[in-house]
Parts: sequence; structure tokens; C-alpha cells
Amino acid sequence: MPIYRLEIENRPAVPDALATKTAQTLSAWLGLSPARIRTRKVYLCDLDMSEAEAHKVLAAIADPVIEVAALGALPDGEPGDPPVILTVSFLPGVTDAVGKSVKTACEDALGRALAGQVYTGTMYLVWGLGRTDVARAAAEVLHNPLIQRIRIDEPPRRPDLGVPRAGATSTPRTEIVALRGLSDEALERLSRERLLALSVPEMHATRAHFEAEGREPTDAELECIAQTWSEHCKHKIFNAPIDYTDPEGNTRRIERGVFKTYVVAATEDVRKARASSGIDGDAGDFLVSVFSDNAGVVRFTDECHLVYKVETHNSPSALDPYGGAMTGIVGVNRDSFGCGLGADLLANVWGYCLGKPNHTGTLPKGLMPPRRIRDGVHHGVIDGGNQSGIPYMRGFELFDDRFTGKPLVYCGTVAAMPVTTAGRPTHEKFTAPGDRIVMIGGRVGKDGIHGATFSSVELNESSPVQAVQIGDPITQKMMFDMLAEARDRGLYSGITDNGAGGLSSSVGEMAEASGGAEIDLARVPLKYPGLAPWEILVSEAQERMTVAVPPDKLEAFFALAARREVEATEIGTFTNSGRLVVRYGEEKACDLPLAFLHGGLPKVVRTARWSPPARAFATAVERDKALAARPIGNLVVSMLAQPNIRSGDRYARHYDHEVKGLAVVKPFVGVSRDVPATATVMRVRHGRDEGVVLGEGIHPHYSDLDAHAMALACADEGVRRILCAGARIDRMAALDNFCWPDPIKSATTPDGEHKLAQLVRACEGLYEACVAYGLPLISGKDSMKNDATMGGVKISVPPTLLVSVIGQMKDVRRALTLSPRAPGDVVYLLGETENMCGESELSRLLGLSLEGVPRTDPKRFAALYHAFAAVHEAGLVRSAHVLSRGGLAVALSHLVMASELGLSISLDAVGQGLAPAIALFSESTGRILLTARAEDAAALEARLAPHALVRLGAVEPGVSGRGYVRIRHGGQTLTELGSDALRRAFQEESHAV
Amino acid sequence: MPSEVTTRPAPKEARDVRVLVLTGYGLNCEAETAAGFSRAGATVELVHLSEILDRGARADALAGYHILAFIGGFSFGDHIQSGRVFANRLRFRLGEALCRFVDDGGLALGVCNGFQTLVCLGLLPGVSRARGTPLAAQQAALVHNDRLGYFDTWVKLAVDTESPCVWTRGIGPTIEMPSRHGEGKLLFLDDSLRDEILASRLVPVRYADASGAPTEVWPDNPNGSPGGVAGLCDPTGRIFGLMPHPDAYLYPENHPDWIRQHDAGALPAAGLGLRIFENGVRAALAG
Repeated sequence: MPIYRLEIENRPAVPDALATKTAQTLSAWLGLSPARIRTRKVYLCDLDMSEAEAHKVLAAIADPVIEVAALGALPDGEPGDPPVILTVSFLPGVTDAVGKSVKTACEDALGRALAGQVYTGTMYLVWGLGRTDVARAAAEVLHNPLIQRIRIDEPPRRPDLGVPRAGATSTPRTEIVALRGLSDEALERLSRERLLALSVPEMHATRAHFEAEGREPTDAELECIAQTWSEHCKHKIFNAPIDYTDPEGNTRRIERGVFKTYVVAATEDVRKARASSGIDGDAGDFLVSVFSDNAGVVRFTDECHLVYKVETHNSPSALDPYGGAMTGIVGVNRDSFGCGLGADLLANVWGYCLGKPNHTGTLPKGLMPPRRIRDGVHHGVIDGGNQSGIPYMRGFELFDDRFTGKPLVYCGTVAAMPVTTAGRPTHEKFTAPGDRIVMIGGRVGKDGIHGATFSSVELNESSPVQAVQIGDPITQKMMFDMLAEARDRGLYSGITDNGAGGLSSSVGEMAEASGGAEIDLARVPLKYPGLAPWEILVSEAQERMTVAVPPDKLEAFFALAARREVEATEIGTFTNSGRLVVRYGEEKACDLPLAFLHGGLPKVVRTARWSPPARAFATAVERDKALAARPIGNLVVSMLAQPNIRSGDRYARHYDHEVKGLAVVKPFVGVSRDVPATATVMRVRHGRDEGVVLGEGIHPHYSDLDAHAMALACADEGVRRILCAGARIDRMAALDNFCWPDPIKSATTPDGEHKLAQLVRACEGLYEACVAYGLPLISGKDSMKNDATMGGVKISVPPTLLVSVIGQMKDVRRALTLSPRAPGDVVYLLGETENMCGESELSRLLGLSLEGVPRTDPKRFAALYHAFAAVHEAGLVRSAHVLSRGGLAVALSHLVMASELGLSISLDAVGQGLAPAIALFSESTGRILLTARAEDAAALEARLAPHALVRLGAVEPGVSGRGYVRIRHGGQTLTELGSDALRRAFQEESHAV
Repeated sequence: MPSEVTTRPAPKEARDVRVLVLTGYGLNCEAETAAGFSRAGATVELVHLSEILDRGARADALAGYHILAFIGGFSFGDHIQSGRVFANRLRFRLGEALCRFVDDGGLALGVCNGFQTLVCLGLLPGVSRARGTPLAAQQAALVHNDRLGYFDTWVKLAVDTESPCVWTRGIGPTIEMPSRHGEGKLLFLDDSLRDEILASRLVPVRYADASGAPTEVWPDNPNGSPGGVAGLCDPTGRIFGLMPHPDAYLYPENHPDWIRQHDAGALPAAGLGLRIFENGVRAALAG
């Protein structure tokens, strides 16, 4: 087939926004100043069409108003003024979603189906820079060699017709891998070289199994075991028995592992407490489905449940920030969608822990600059979620240079699940032997092979490039639309995501329901030929789900899929044989008993020992000297400019906050809509007033002092946030996402025992908070190897726990924001302020190591929250906000910027004998800043007085429409700051996305 | 259920007004669009485009509907260009039916991706197509925002009360709603066409600054559209497309300032975007 090259660019008079943006980035990041840039789209059509047809296609897809197009090459500028031309396109086999749409467009234009593929690229025509500078621009900004290829041309050029066709003509066969007689060293090498991430004891268990069967494993069986037993899928550290030595030096065995002992136990204890209190009444159990499915499910209304899942996608985002992060969001979409029989996606959340974007030091070779990771991660999640038509309701960024090695990329999705579907409870799958196994959505390629095992090891120079996947949100959206129709018509009995481990995991997990499965990999549609059977089995190519279809529904299911242009393929049958049997045509690739696959993993007892490194804290004198050098006003303004305090709205505005038309309190609030909301609120169904409320807590810096306090602070803040917005205190649930540095002691991790002890301490803290607050954990995720070793330098993340809290409202019209509402209202601080500045934003601002990590007393705080929820219910609260990073000073600033009203505040009663700066910047947990009408003050004070209520002052009118905060102490005004000054610091000056 | 009705009866009351909301291929605003027309009293059908195309290339494939809704989203990922692939599919396979629908006085609303689609189809501004002729060539284009990338913000629109647009009647002088897109800057084929459009008052809505005056300044104008053009109608005023989303302002609590509006006693009973939908249904009833 001839290949036709289509080049399309804007007419000269039409602005080229991509060129403008590219020039800005080259200037800001590299100091390069091109005289001019033009960009051009290139489509290489490797399709069975004629030249006349290619012309017809070109006429159909080029815009007649603003574009010029050519078959072959467009002129490259004036002859005397040649540009350097950079062309960026994909490597063979990398998902090219645009190419897929171009092919569709070709078929529509010609009215017939076409064989072959379209490959796309982008040309940058650059004037005023030499070839060397253009090459540098490619290397540092425009090109990622893991997924893309480039050419640099100078006119005159011949149009390049080379297409990155992928695949091989011969198909590798299944191979036998001999384990018998191998030394431990050889087993370890085998595991490492095949990227199995299996330990020697695990290799022993595997060998013993096959010895008992009287044979050696196939490569597919080894891969299947490795995926299933990966840290990513089996949570080995979370489930391991641990010998734990606590800070007091006492040693005990945590026999059932931290997951069962703390996480599951918290939920079970909350469940029991709810049952004995009768809180759920006739409504049915609040906890509908926890820990058993892709996401957690809680009761909401008579009509639908709420589903929530938060995932991390750290390792792929380190290698390819755009593609890796995009698969984070579209992947977690599949988790929530594939829960029970399927749920309707409602809202997305994001959160990133990143290296500081202004990082200027040299980076270990192999690491991308933090600003490039930041830019790519944002873009990927923006595109993935926006194109899926799901609003983003929460988002945060946290910066620390320890996230330079591996960024933490959290993506989450809330969904609404109909209580019943086609006469069955939606939260239960009913897959039975005889149901057909159907793979649906995208095709399988080498992308994402070893993702599960790869994310279970540290990142280093030899990390596999094929572990990177790129999402195609539109293919997935079309699949979701079709599956929602199929669900409502009762056309399938079970569904799950093809995520980590690919078919080996999805079929392997679903097979547990029926008691076995048999599939034929030769039936699996491939993106290109030449994949070995084991590769087809474990590929994590995106946009795929596995569905169980009863035989009598097959015809209807496939008819619907065909009508919606969604590829669906029957690849096997669920059985009750007790085995996972995988064939490739006649050849048997895999035959494993489910009991071994899911239960054969040997348990290793781990050792955890609290042994924190010694720290030297600043003395009170040193601290006071540093504080005395800076006027309070200067400190407040400087604080607002800190990376972890700044508004962040410049990036956030590129996320869709409005699609579905259900949002009530959006991610940013206030007159200028640039203040991050305490929590967000949205309706769940059109025409109904019940709402979902989202908030979270994340405090990795506190882990440096005590992971126990850290975990308590996270859960506490999540709860406080949703209560401030008006959430019901009796319908809260949470997700736990642990991202830890490797906590297993080894030559490269000498402090592994302490890191594991930090995990135990964090789990203890989380348990205490959840039980005290009545906060069940309904789903979660642990990511245990967040380390990178590059060029001999090891960078590990601080132990990080994200607690995402989901709340409910009966009527969203009663939602509150942080914004004060009218002059004359009274400003209160609820909860005690103590000297808790350890690892606070103040400590980072001053560059001082301060003592006193915030201590959370969950039982006492729970009583305070019940009292607060009651006064809110009684209508006595007008606005409410949490005190978090940066303490009272930041919270007050938020109020001023949001309302453009004045606040006149006295610190006299804040804390006992605290210096004003400590009162302002302490990060004591359990505190809420609220306003009330003056006429309600007595009633409010009567009800909240037992909970350390401090009357701070009053709301006043702004001056010329501008708010201010006046802070007094001991009869003196310490500072008065207008909102303009606050906002100047608060708004990030660096460029937006 | 797909309609088998081939003639369009004159509606007597709002529920007789039949609205077709086309879905699929990455479009995503079907729920809020359906809610908008339903709350305006009409009878709404959500139909995947493939079902309509399956009715064959009949010219009367859209008969029986009073209003066609082209919704927001990312049809075919907005790959190649926003709305391009979806519009081409309509042009090649449903062109005759669309022309018949328009010639018979049907109403159409295009929001965001739907607006981009109507522009690609040449139905907006729709000044060069004569009755009974096939779809015209495209005459305007929605190009990348001056500041590259998707941008989400609430905008204020100045409404031209002299426009023939039936969808904006009685609204104004301004209306607020969310805007969220990456390609919303509207350019015309040439200046004479632009002048004709402006003279015919076919620009019912323009991005406005705080005072209500049309603006080209970001972020009040989120894409740099010249003259602040945010939407277009055809000369009959019955076909209307715009980049911002009236479908995302059906509830008073959608507005970012709803609590302040409430405190000021200015919270409307319903989201103001609903008025666009009510106008459409009213126009269908008036015939």
C-alpha cells in the first residue's frame, strides 16, 4: 500500500497557539528565543486507498476557513529564510489516539472500511535558532525518547514517508523455564532479569508447586504468578506478620499484618458501633461493599449508592509524566466504573506530590526536571478527565525535593451506583460457570507489560520502557457508554478492570467467583502481530475491561457493541474447575490451580523497629530570634507565597469543574474564585438535592517527626473539611492511600526497619482516628517502593498517607463555604491552639527545625465535631474553614481574599501564653474557623463553650471593595494587611499550563 | 425509543415538543442537556447517533422532532480539530435530513462541541445556504484559544436584544454561565462575511467584562474571540450555537456566588441557563 503524507497548518493570518505556547516555554525554561515558530500536523496514512481518495480525505479533514493542507509537503517558508524543522512522532506500538480518529475520518469520507493505520506527528518549524538549539529544545521540552521519535530537517527536504509500524511477523511461542536445580542466586537473577519482582522464598514456593505437579513452569505461568503475587496486587508488606518494636522498646508480633489489624479492623469496629447504636435505622447498612471490589461502596439514597476509589500512578508518571498520569485517571475511572455491575462516574479528584518546580540544582542523570514532570502530569490528568466528561472536584499540589525521584500522582473517582439494576442489587456480581469471558475496549500491545511488577520495585536506569502506557480516553468513553447500556439491560453478570497485570489479573480475580476460567489468547485482538502468549496475558494496554456474559445474552451484547463501534471479543469461559487455564490456540500456556495462585504466596515475617534518626531542634531562643527579625505582616505575606500554600488556581482552571452541571461548591471559591475550597459539594442526580461532599488530608512532612501523629492529622483534616461544608457526621467514609519508601531492610535500604515501624505507627494512628470519628475505611491502596536510584543517588519519598474523605448532605442548599458573609458577623476559633510547629510551614519558612508535631486527640475532637455539626444543623453557622498548613494566618487570609470583607482579630485568647507568631502559625489539629450572626452568638457560645471556643473578633465592611485583616495582640495592632497584598503573594507568578 | 414518526405535528403544549439529543462518540453533556429541556417541559429523547444513522440516509430521519440538541463533549476526542470528525459523519450520512429539518423550521441548539459541529456543518452562521439545497461549505471556524489549552471559568455574556435569535429572547442585558473549552475563538472566512453577520445581528451573545460591555480581554473573554463573539445564530434565529454552557446552570446553586446571591435576596428560583431551554420550547410551541 502506498503511504500518503498529509501536512496541515494554519493559514498565515491565523494565530498558531501551540507555536506561541512553545516559544514561551522555550524562553521560560531554556532561555531560548526563537524568532518565530509555526506548527504543523502530519498524518501518515498507511491505508488501502488511492491517491484520488487521499485528496478527498484531505479535503474532508482540513478546515477550509483557517487551514492550508497538502498531500506530501507544504512549503517550508521563504527560500531565503529557511527554518529548522523538528518533527515529533510516536515510536512503534505507542498508542496513537489521534491516528485512530484520522482513520475513522478517512473511512467516513470514503464511505468504506479501510485496512491499515494512520500515524500522526507534530512539526515545529523554528526560525532564529540553530540545529543545536532545536535539538536541545527537543531533548529538554518537546520530546520524550521513551515514547517518541524525532527528526530534525532543514529545507529542502523530501517528505518523510517512514511509518513506525510495530510488530513482528513471527509469533514467539510459549517456552518452558527450568527452575529445578537452580541456586538461590540463579533464581534471584532469573526473577530480576525477567522483571518478575519475586523474592527467593517466592521462587522456592513456585518451584515446589511445579515439582509437585511433576513439570517445569511455562514463561506464561511464571509471569502470571509474578503479576498476581506482585506487591502492587497482593500487598505483601501490608499483609505480612510484623515483629514490631515500638518507641518504648517493647516488641510484639502483629500476626495478621497491618492491613487486617488496623485498616480492616477500623472499618469492622465502626460497622459494629453503627449496628449497636442503630444509627442506620431502616435505611440498610451504611457499608454496602468494602475491600472486596475495585472500589468501596456506601449507602446514599433510596436510588443510588456512592462509590469511591483513589489510586496512585507514580512510577509511570516519573518516566512519561503525560501518559503515565493520564493512565492514572482513566485507570481509576475503570475501577469505579467496574465496581459491582457498574457505576456511573460522577467526579474526579487529583493530587500530586512533586519536586519543587523551581528546582535549580543538578539532578541525578535519568531524572526529569520537576517542572517538566509537573507540566506533563497536569496535562495528562487534565486531558484524561476532561475528555471523559467527568468534573474534577478536588485537587492539590505538595512540594518537597524528596518527590523528585518518584512523584506521587493520586487520581480518584467518585461514582453513583444504582441500588438495583435489571432486578438485581448492583453492588454484587453474579458470574457463574458457563458465563463467557469477553474482553472489551482497546486492543492489546506491548504497552504496559510488567506495570504491576515494575511499580513494585524502585526506579532506576534499567527501568523498562514498555511499562509506560498512554491512555485513549475517547475509546474508553465509548466503551463506558456502551457498557452502561449493557448493564441497564442486564446483559452481563460480572465486570472488572484490566489494570495491573492485564488479563492474568482480571480473569484470575473474576475466576475466583465462579471457581475457574479457561481462555484462548489467540482470540485476543492485538494492536500489531508478534506478541508472545505471556505478553498478551500480562499486557496492561489501556481502555480494556473484562466482562462475564451469560451465554443467552451473548448475541445481544455483541450486537450492542458492534452498533456502538466498541470492539468486544469472546476469549473464553468461566468454569468451576478450580484452575486458570490459558491456551494459545492448541498450545497450553498456563494451567494453574486458583488455590495456589491466590493462596500459595509464602508469608515472610518482617521486622519493624522504631529507630528515628537523631534530630537537633532549634532552641526557643534561636526560634524567638528568628521570629523577632520578621514583622508579623511580613511573615504572613511570605507564608502565602510558600509553594505549599499558594493558590494553585492557575493550573486548576484547566481542569473541568462544571461538566454534568451538578457542582455546588467548586474547588475554588470566593469573589475572585481563587481560594481553594475547604471541601467541595455536588449534587449526585439531576432534580434531587442530596449531595456528596469531598475533602482530604495529607501531611507527609509530619512523618519526619512521627508517622503516628501524621496519620491522625490526615484523617482529622479530612473529616474537618467535609464537616465545615455541612456534611452529615453520621455518613462519613474514607479511603487510605499509603505511599511509602521501601520499608524492607536491605543493603540499599539500611533504615528499612524504621520505615516499616513508621508504617505501623501510621496505621495505629489511622485506626485510632477512624474509630473515634466513626469513619470507616472503604477502600485504599498501598504503594510501597517509592524510591529512585539514579547515577548512584537514591531519592526516597517521605512516608505519605492521603486520607480522602467522602461525606453526604441531605440538601446541598445548606452547604457552607469558608467565605464570611456580612459585616457584623462574629468570628470564632473552635478548638485549642497549642505550640505545635514541628515540620510546619513556619519551620520551612524560617528554615528552622522546630519541635512539637501536631498531636491529635481523636476522642476529644470527636466530641467537638459532634457539637459543631449540631450547631450547623441548627443553622447557627454562617461560614466555616479548617486550620491546616500555615495555621490561623493562612486560614484568615483565605477568608479575606474570598469575601473581600474586613476581619478584625485579637489573638489574646488564642492558646495559653503563646507568642503571637506561634498563635498564628501553629498547625494544631482539630480546629475550625467559623463565623456566626451576632444575634446567634449567645446560643452558639452556649453550645460550643465546652470545646475551647475563642471569640476572635468581627467581620467588618471592606475598604473600597477590598478586604483586610487586622491582627491585634495585647492591645496593640500587630499588622493590617489588605487583600491585594495577600493576593499578590498568594498567586503563583510562574506560567500556567 | 427511536421515533417512527415521519411528520412533525404542531405541539399544543410543552410536553408535545419533542427534543432529540444526539449522543455518543465522546460527547458527554447528555444528562444536563436532557435535564434542561425536561425542566422546560419538553419530551426528550437521548439517542446515540448510530441509531439515527441506522435509519438509513432518509431525508426524513429527523422528522417528528421539533428541536435538535448538539451537546458538549469531545466527539472523537476533538482529534484533528474539535467537532470535525463528528460533523463530517453527519455531513456525509445525515446531510439531507439535516437540511430538511432546518427547511421545515426545526430548531437547533449547539453548545460547545455542538456549536463547533454546527459551524463545521455550515449550518451556522448559515447565511449562504438557500432552502432546498444541500449543506453549505463551512464559513467560520472555532480555533485554539489564544492561551493554549482547556480553560474553565464562569463568563458573563452580553445579550443582543436585537438579534433574531429565538433562544435568547427576553434574556439580558447579560447572563452568566460556565465556559470550558480549548477551541472557542471564532474566526470568519473573510471580513465581508463578518460584516454581514454583524449587520444581520447574528451574534446573540458576546463575552462581556464586569460592566457588561463586550470584551476581548482574558479571562472575561476566555479565548480571545474577536469582538467577544461567543455564539452565532442563523438568519431565522432558530439555529443557535454558543461556546459557554447554559446546560451547566440549571440550578441556582451552580453559580459560584450563590450564597452571596442568597444573602442579598437575589438568588433566582432556577438556574438562569434554563431560560435558554425554555425559550427553545416556547419557540417550538409558537411554530
